[in-house]
Amino acid sequence: MLSLTRISKSFGGLPVLQEVSLEIAAGEVHALMGENGAGKSTLMKVAAGLHAPDGGTMRLKGSAFAPDSPHAALLAGVAMIHQELMPIPDMTVGENVLLGIEPCGPLGMVDRAQVLERARTLLAELESDLSPDAPMRSLSVGQTQVVEIAKALGRNADVLLMDEPTAALSDHEATALFRAIGRLKARGVAVVYTTHKMDEVFRLADRITVLRDGRHVITSPSGELDQERLIAHMVGRPMSEIFPARGKVAPEVVLSVRNLSRKGAFHDVSFHIRKGEVLGLAGLMGAGRTEVASAVAGLTPADSGEMRLGDREFRPATPHEALAAGVAMVTEDRKGMGIIPVLPVRENMTLSALESMSPGGLINRTAESAAVQEGMRAFGVRASGPEQPVGQLSGGNQQKVLIARALLNRPEVVVLDEPTRGIDVGAKAEIYSLVRRLTDEGRAVLLVSSELPEVIALSHRLLVLRQGKVAAELDAATASQEEVLRHAMPL
Amino acid sequence: MNARLDRSLLHRFGILLVLLAVGLGLSVATDSFLTVSNLTNVARQVSINGILAVGVTFVLLTGGVDLSLGSVVALSGVVCATFAHPSPEGHPLFLPVAAGLLTGAACGLVNGGLVTRGRVAPFIVTLGMMTVARGLALIVSGGRPVADMSERLTALAGDVRGVPIPLLCFVAVAFIAWFFLKRFRLGRHVYAVGGNEQAARAAGISVGRVKLFVYALCGVMAGLAGVVLAARITTGQPNAGVAYELDAIAAVVIGGTSLSGGVGSVAGTVLGVILIGVINNGLDLMSVSSYYQQVVKGVIIVGAVWLDRRQARA
Repeated sequence: MLSLTRISKSFGGLPVLQEVSLEIAAGEVHALMGENGAGKSTLMKVAAGLHAPDGGTMRLKGSAFAPDSPHAALLAGVAMIHQELMPIPDMTVGENVLLGIEPCGPLGMVDRAQVLERARTLLAELESDLSPDAPMRSLSVGQTQVVEIAKALGRNADVLLMDEPTAALSDHEATALFRAIGRLKARGVAVVYTTHKMDEVFRLADRITVLRDGRHVITSPSGELDQERLIAHMVGRPMSEIFPARGKVAPEVVLSVRNLSRKGAFHDVSFHIRKGEVLGLAGLMGAGRTEVASAVAGLTPADSGEMRLGDREFRPATPHEALAAGVAMVTEDRKGMGIIPVLPVRENMTLSALESMSPGGLINRTAESAAVQEGMRAFGVRASGPEQPVGQLSGGNQQKVLIARALLNRPEVVVLDEPTRGIDVGAKAEIYSLVRRLTDEGRAVLLVSSELPEVIALSHRLLVLRQGKVAAELDAATASQEEVLRHAMPL
Repeated sequence: MNARLDRSLLHRFGILLVLLAVGLGLSVATDSFLTVSNLTNVARQVSINGILAVGVTFVLLTGGVDLSLGSVVALSGVVCATFAHPSPEGHPLFLPVAAGLLTGAACGLVNGGLVTRGRVAPFIVTLGMMTVARGLALIVSGGRPVADMSERLTALAGDVRGVPIPLLCFVAVAFIAWFFLKRFRLGRHVYAVGGNEQAARAAGISVGRVKLFVYALCGVMAGLAGVVLAARITTGQPNAGVAYELDAIAAVVIGGTSLSGGVGSVAGTVLGVILIGVINNGLDLMSVSSYYQQVVKGVIIVGAVWLDRRQARA
């Protein structure tokens, strides 16, 4: 159906794809796996006409295929569904599905009845019960995903490229998506998709291709691989130890929190963290974990309760005050509240620590570049250099820049909110060992994570939140996932 | 290589090329363009727009806008002229200049305060200030030009060894601004706020303070422009400066600063200012009717930005 031959692409002199070849057959689900920065998204974008390759050729259904725009690719039969969905929120589901191919009557007036009818047919084909009349704004991420697929179906796409379609979906929504993919497959559509979720690849994909550092590593029927071997291909080395052992905890309490409350978010939360300790905040979505973390970091201050940092009172009203007192946070919302995409790695990394390197307000450039060099080395940031805009880096590398930013100030307490969300196994392992390094340096870590194995293995103690209240405090060394879940579930 | 540097070099190069082409064209088309007296004249004319453009560069970098500049120029000029009457004690210089600058600063602080504390969109706040400042200028002056300015003040529009003082002001302001944005912490914060305001706050930047600063600074620049203008026309004109803000914003945008914030430079702004000045001058020299001048200028502004964006995408 679609064949890519020796595709190469570089950005700003940094090769992202090097002579990658790939054959996609009609009616197959083909998973593209690899670490962040391995080139998966770029490869898809080349096929979708978003990036022109520097070298190599593509063929679609036997004829040469060189789309110069996403529109051209779409006309030829290749549709892409992006990681960040782009619906028009104030239009209806039906209008979104048929956007740009609206059935029109004479005089170019949109035939509304036909829009509804065709949208309904397309959605029904995906076994979705969404109403074409519903406003787009009211849809969940999963439902939006289905609308995007219906959109591609309406254009008779032969190849559907999906970049991490399940990253933001609940299990239930993912199941619905898999059913929709099954229907596409039955129609002979080739589906290429990327994911970081190991279990779903083996359920869904017919074949798996692994990319590493922009090169093709292996293409294999999914039945001939297992999780361990897949990871080994992705990372380039066997994953013997993912989680480092827990470090030693010192007796002195660094941060203590008493009866902290914020209306509508969390209520009467108390805990303390010792020097060198990782306190895990576990719980379901909406249990108030991020909110508690944000209160500690001054992002959204608590209404009542008290906090102490060492023997000082600690009541941050802004992130600025929290940082000055010695509490830094790495947010879960990397794009929205983390990176400044147009600015280079250097300026992103030193943003919080400029005070210490600019006596009298004048930035000491020698000190700044030294700090950035060291940060990029210590955190393994892969970029063409300190001047590359951070928006061009992969998610994992952006995350490393943000962690480096938080640590440049040498905070006593580091708040990590979902530090491994949306990043790949290799980068995860690096971040795990980083957490260990932080505690070895005597810092206290407040870790929020939705991944139970992760939060259990990294933490010394676990605080389980349920509907804004502390449901349990567990010793992480003996806690099981079932136990954590039992406390996290609403009664 | 360094992608950002590449792009900005290319960018400046692009505008520089346009500038050189226009300059070359005018040198060939007219006898008078490439003369010392004409170029001095151009320099004198661009200075006021240049000072305003440097100020508004800061505001645009944070993703804001300031539409009140022209009116604040008029108000500051009138206030300056009011304090500049010669008296038995002599000819004042410091007082009228300080009064003009402080008037601008006050307007800027009100703008910034309403944007940050009041959370009103910059477009609306400064649109309001545009009307209020114009009204105040008319009130203070009683609707008539404020004349009888001391010679020491009007001398500010003169020359030092053949170099116009307004030009020296522009050059000094531009240089300080350039250095400040490049090397100072607060300058870095200006870019960060424009690049991603939420992230800037989360990274510990006091976003409100940064915004207050840029609007106040922009106000001070408008005050300075008002003083220079009053000195040049030897009166405080309550009706002066109409639409000055648009010329200033046009120069900044031509210079490559993004209206959505986070991207841009003073160096670009300076080139944009010169380009607009040279075009104005050239149209005058070729005795194009002032009606046609406006059309030509508008087309060139949009054309320059269009060319530039095309280049950036390639």
